[in-house]
Amino acid sequence: MSRIALKVNGATHTVDIDPTTPLLYILRNDLGLQGPHFGCGLGQCGACTVIVNGAAVRSCILPTSAVRGEITTLEGLSSNGKLHPLQQAWIDEQAPQCGFCQNGQIMTAKVMLDKNPHPTDAQIRETMNNTLCRCMSYNRIQAAIKRAAKTVAA
Amino acid sequence: MSNPGIPKQVEEILSTHRRGFLKTAGLLFIGFAAPNSPAADGPGPYPIVDPQKLDSWIVIHENNTATFYVGKTDPGQGTGTGFRQLMSDELDIAFDKTACIMGSTDITVDQVGAGGSSAMERDSWPMRRAAAEARRVLLEMASTRFGVPVDQLAVSEAVITVKAAPSKHLTYGELIGGKKFNVTLSGNNAASANGQARTKTIPELKYAGKPMHRDDIPGKVDGTAKWAVDVNLPGMVHARNVKPPYACARLTGIDESSVKNLPGFIKVMNKGNYVAVVCEREEQAINAARQLKTTWEKPATAPFPSSEDLFNYLRAAKPAVAATPALVGNPDTAFANAAKTIEAEYEIPFQGHTAFGPAHATADPSNGQMTIYSNDMKTYGMRRGIATFLGMPQDRVRVVYMQGSQGFGRTAAEDAASEAAWIAHELGKPVRMQWMRDEETAWDCKAPAFLVKLRAALDAQGNFAGYSYEARSCDYNHLGYNEPDTTLIAQLMGQRRARPSAGSAATPSDMYAIPHRKMSGEVFALAAIWETPIRTGNLRDPNGPQSAFASESFIDEVAAEVKADALEFRLKMLQAATSDDNGFRRARSIAVLKAAAQKYGWDSRPSGKPRGVGKILTGRGIAYTFRGQTMVAQIAEVEVNRETGHVWTKRLVCAHDCGFVVNPESLRTTVECGMLHGLSRALHEEVKFNTEKVTSVDWISHPTLRHADVPESIEIVMVNGDPNPNRPDLPLYGAGEACLKPTMAAVGNAIYDAIGIRIRRVPFRPERVLAALKAAGV
Repeated sequence: MSRIALKVNGATHTVDIDPTTPLLYILRNDLGLQGPHFGCGLGQCGACTVIVNGAAVRSCILPTSAVRGEITTLEGLSSNGKLHPLQQAWIDEQAPQCGFCQNGQIMTAKVMLDKNPHPTDAQIRETMNNTLCRCMSYNRIQAAIKRAAKTVAA
Repeated sequence: MSNPGIPKQVEEILSTHRRGFLKTAGLLFIGFAAPNSPAADGPGPYPIVDPQKLDSWIVIHENNTATFYVGKTDPGQGTGTGFRQLMSDELDIAFDKTACIMGSTDITVDQVGAGGSSAMERDSWPMRRAAAEARRVLLEMASTRFGVPVDQLAVSEAVITVKAAPSKHLTYGELIGGKKFNVTLSGNNAASANGQARTKTIPELKYAGKPMHRDDIPGKVDGTAKWAVDVNLPGMVHARNVKPPYACARLTGIDESSVKNLPGFIKVMNKGNYVAVVCEREEQAINAARQLKTTWEKPATAPFPSSEDLFNYLRAAKPAVAATPALVGNPDTAFANAAKTIEAEYEIPFQGHTAFGPAHATADPSNGQMTIYSNDMKTYGMRRGIATFLGMPQDRVRVVYMQGSQGFGRTAAEDAASEAAWIAHELGKPVRMQWMRDEETAWDCKAPAFLVKLRAALDAQGNFAGYSYEARSCDYNHLGYNEPDTTLIAQLMGQRRARPSAGSAATPSDMYAIPHRKMSGEVFALAAIWETPIRTGNLRDPNGPQSAFASESFIDEVAAEVKADALEFRLKMLQAATSDDNGFRRARSIAVLKAAAQKYGWDSRPSGKPRGVGKILTGRGIAYTFRGQTMVAQIAEVEVNRETGHVWTKRLVCAHDCGFVVNPESLRTTVECGMLHGLSRALHEEVKFNTEKVTSVDWISHPTLRHADVPESIEIVMVNGDPNPNRPDLPLYGAGEACLKPTMAAVGNAIYDAIGIRIRRVPFRPERVLAALKAAGV
């Protein structure tokens, strides 16, 4: 066990844990941040995605001791009660079906738009291609990303 | 029209209840019932909610809001919002002053839960009748209070006004807020519950029929939604299964010393061949389940052939359940007299549910009860199954329904809840169970594999005179809904029912007027039917897509053989008879085909067009079918890369007729996503196995549709209704399943058009398409 300090969504937490524990379980079970979900535990599906230092990271395979920098989870996207443009676009496009994967879809899209505010259709498909959805809400997700990109640019 | 989600005042009600609930269940955050909810939220027992009491369906609050309680679940297709639309209309209350509570067995009536596309078609009716009855009773109450006959009262948005004196008014909340109706409904179950009031006609509906935003979406995108996976109870421990390494393996030893010194270790749970490990923390349980040393004995004979040999096995095997063919006319004579006979065999492998979130549940044995937190679609069946499995009275078991990863049938034949409940029962502590990815992909229940042999007898004029359809479905011992003797834990503990479920093999759903037909569907068994990962269960329109792939591909083959246009060939066979059923299925079949063709801009010509010279070959294909009374025609346009075999479906068009549409917005997304599910099954999905175990264990070995596969354009035409769609009693039919039924066939037909080769086996993975191209010298 070791004490590890984590900065998540602007707040600092100290946890006393086995440092090899994947970050996902610390966020969900110790910090009560349950936006990220367990989908595969293999880094294949994206359900557990969080943002660490501006990069989309699969928290199910990231040892907590390897985290360097500030973490943002889905709960941290909105500011002052106002939804992030991506979240609003998700509602406007009625993107989710069951919604279980949408954490990964939104967080991956957030990092993409932060780096490239005007992605082409091909770039959206390529960047999002490893973030899976078994309800197949992909078409709506892509529409929501395009909608959000317009809002961010405006 | 937009709806920001659960309105603030209703959210406050839920929050109030949430605080009250905290005390009784020790639960941290779940809100699912209002203070005056129809059943008590105490420490139990939890009697079955009486569907013949109006108070079981509707609660009116003092602040003039309403909460509806329904016995359905909504895994994300918007049925919950649809129920609110219909019930708000019948009650005459503003939509945003209502909330809908679904699926928890202690506070909602048993309407089975989700399944069979039954939400609107069947189960919305008792909800509507209850809401209409509540409105009638409130008008009676106002009539008494004002001393004015009911017909001199007006009602709008939960306010009753004396027509002649508009200053005299009472809200529903003032009339009954916080009190019970104490009104008995007629009928003897939820489906037949009825009052004295009549329900509204379609022109009288205000919210139903209009696009509405789903009320569950905001929480799913801002992280506030609470899911079954989120339940975190005081004193809760974590469990993970240790699955047998081979199908039908017998446990010969457990070396507990391999895990007993691991941090957080609590116990190894074992009975028969069922093994699980319990630890204090989740990651500890995952680690301990991996570390536990167990020994197993392989079965004496192979439990199944490999996935490569499956169809040869099915060709040679004898049926487990023989079936008498359905006959129309005299097909044997038609084939004997045929000028030409066409034959083909289609193969559809096992395809998994492969739920995005593996099976999960939390069970709490506090107070001598058993509370299960689950995303199960059919929570009422789960309660019965778990009560029997544990030997507990039903009223001491309840299932609290929460959001979860998609259903599509897997969460009707759920496994984790029975496992969590058994361990919690043994340990006397709340237990959270979750499957790992490899378990879920390998051991979930699967859509049965089909081998379908088709024959057509053509007369001298090229007319379709005789038709023969013989399906062999690998579906013996099909799983039911959390049955106490067929869940995986029950099987591993040695439960064997004397008569396993016979399963089924679907026959085609079409209205083609072919004078002589013979259709049969027989069920076949693999060598092992118990303790095997190749378990079959209901997957979204069970067996429909397999049957439609074979039948609608074959119709296309016959059309191509006689050099007829695929659309015109179908229309000709539909129009060859004029009789129709009471749902106008013939007329509506024709209507959806024409609507799809018009939307697409169908070019009339025989399929199998001359191949282009470039790297990309393009084609279009059509398919049509129905499920129940819901009619669907789809057109796919594909690009086939002749160098790699890769198929991209560039465009999908769907004409869909499910009668009256309650929420066009959620129907549109449901159809869109359903078609893409069909596309995933067409292009990617197949469960692979060797003769010992399933080798599809993750998203690499059981691929699924991805962002890059999405068509450039998806167009949906809602063809609403029968030959007179404006009738005020236009029926509501089911949606959610029919939309994926013809997709595999439409894509296969488009591939044939593009490359001139008929590939009679899904999925159309690049290696299969490339092999077909090479074999044909393309």
